[in-house]
Amino acid sequence: MSVIQLSWIDWSIIALYFVFVLGIGVYLKKFTGTGEDYFLAGRKNSAWVAGLAFLSANLGALEILGWTGGTMKYGMFVSHFYWVGAIPAMLFLGLYMMPFYYSSKIHSVPGYLKLRFDERSRLLNAFSFAIMTLLMSGINLYLMALVLRTILGWDWQLSMWVSAAAVGGYIMLGGLMSAIFTEIVQFFLIWFGLFLVAILGTIEMGGIDQVLSGLPPAMSKLWSTAADPSLNAMGVTWIGIVIGLGWVLSFGYWTTDFLVVQRAFSSKDLRSARMTPIIASFFKMALPFIIVVAGLVAWRLTQMAGANFQLLPHPVTGEPWNDTALPLLIARYYPQGLVGLGITALLAGFMAGQAGNVSAFNTVWTYDIYRVLIKKDATDAHLVWVGRVTTLVGILLSVATAYLAMQFNTIMDYIQAIFSWVNAPLFATMLLGMFWKRTSPTAAFWGLILGMVTSFTIFLGFKMDFWSTDVAKLITFSAAPSDMARNMWQAAWAWTVCLVATVGISFVTKPKPEAELVGLVKGFTKIEDQGKIIWYKKPQVIAIFAAVVFVLLNVYFW
Amino acid sequence: MSTPKMLSIWFFVGLMLTILGALILAMGIYYAFVPQTRTVLAHLNPSLWWGAIMLVAGLLFLVPSWIQHNK
Repeated sequence: MSVIQLSWIDWSIIALYFVFVLGIGVYLKKFTGTGEDYFLAGRKNSAWVAGLAFLSANLGALEILGWTGGTMKYGMFVSHFYWVGAIPAMLFLGLYMMPFYYSSKIHSVPGYLKLRFDERSRLLNAFSFAIMTLLMSGINLYLMALVLRTILGWDWQLSMWVSAAAVGGYIMLGGLMSAIFTEIVQFFLIWFGLFLVAILGTIEMGGIDQVLSGLPPAMSKLWSTAADPSLNAMGVTWIGIVIGLGWVLSFGYWTTDFLVVQRAFSSKDLRSARMTPIIASFFKMALPFIIVVAGLVAWRLTQMAGANFQLLPHPVTGEPWNDTALPLLIARYYPQGLVGLGITALLAGFMAGQAGNVSAFNTVWTYDIYRVLIKKDATDAHLVWVGRVTTLVGILLSVATAYLAMQFNTIMDYIQAIFSWVNAPLFATMLLGMFWKRTSPTAAFWGLILGMVTSFTIFLGFKMDFWSTDVAKLITFSAAPSDMARNMWQAAWAWTVCLVATVGISFVTKPKPEAELVGLVKGFTKIEDQGKIIWYKKPQVIAIFAAVVFVLLNVYFW
Repeated sequence: MSTPKMLSIWFFVGLMLTILGALILAMGIYYAFVPQTRTVLAHLNPSLWWGAIMLVAGLLFLVPSWIQHNK
């Protein structure tokens, strides 16, 4: 029997949402005639539109349910993923990296690698990104179907195919513009659908102070328990958080992952592109007030006698399944009607994440693989057609991955680790490429390869129990690192190896002529004049304001 | 043939929030007369005030974007 029973009003709300997002796709089809329209939403979005889409594309099954469940395990430390693990990188992207990305008028991040280095780096990144994106999309789909089956009793194959078909439908029709439009609608649905859970949970607990005071110190602090891994629930030190998460994982993801960066490329001008991640940073900082608060409330409820709150067992392992915490809270607080809104918000989160993956995949495949390897003289209209077909193929491959994840549950561990195989070394390459003119194309390629191999080797070593305790301690600085701590250090080592190798090889190989670095490297790029802007609308000023809020949050929850 | 002027994204956001807000508010009004007791904190009737908030937010997006579109 399912935990949540849906009434006609709930079904109506869910149906309305599906009609609405598909309707947006149909409406936008007539506005997407060229490749620029289809793959970059015509480069005419305001900073607010691109900013909200930037954040929304990052939401997904792993994000919303995973981190609410993760909070039950790691407590307040999950906030690090929203604050130190995101904000500095987002601000850095907006202030320092976006001018190079945007000024070069590229379609994708691999496109930048081609201009700055050569075809080898572009293809290496394009293929690894395409594979990563599809696998992540498949995992999202699988998790969504699993949760819907557990909570609502829906047939998991049906829910997977219906949501995949809806996402595929509106992206095929309207391309990135459709993805962005629906992502913004989804953004508001997520907030209106889920914030109320945190509000009602806090009211039931008697206020936010009561929520926090009922937690053990290992779960209720941000930094004051980070001196020793044994003091916090994540088993990590502040060095691991700052270097592994705050520096490598975070900068690797937020500044180089085309899934999110693509939204900024759709901006109408450089100022809007720079403002995209800066605006998104404010909403990113606010997300723990839904996700972490809901997770803490769920944890408190599991500890309270008579609260009648129990996590559901995982369908595969049979262990209490943290990912069911948020849907169970919806069932606890939401009456008919609101339940429909809550479930729609979860679906919106899943679909926003999947749409982000699919729209990024179709651009990289079309521009960085198809046009390079298969049809170099493709016309604009042909590329739009390829983009539409690729969307369909991408959706089908996502579904295939979801089936694979269902058959071999452990594959999920491998796929989730791909982030640090792909993004962590890429961040070192990008950093050197944009800020050090001596970085050579050969060094960039081999640095990337060595970084990826390092990350993969460390991962496999832990997975196969190959590393002795001493080696494991050398890698992670902890005798008993959690999976999360391993992941952070794996990324940190991959980044370091890529950086050192790229610098070393650059000294013995030929750099690109300076004339070819114009618009791509600091010192060779004239920042487009932003015209007269009132001081408080300047990206730098708003970024400082975001940084102040970020510091205050960390100090308050220290 | 010229392409018609595209509706702003804020119009779609407003439309969605207005419709859903109205539906949830209607449920809240219903619960005010026929209280439900199934959920925790049911006495607060969250549908009523949350639906109203959504409806107002929806209209704040919908009306200006519609006026702007028809200018």
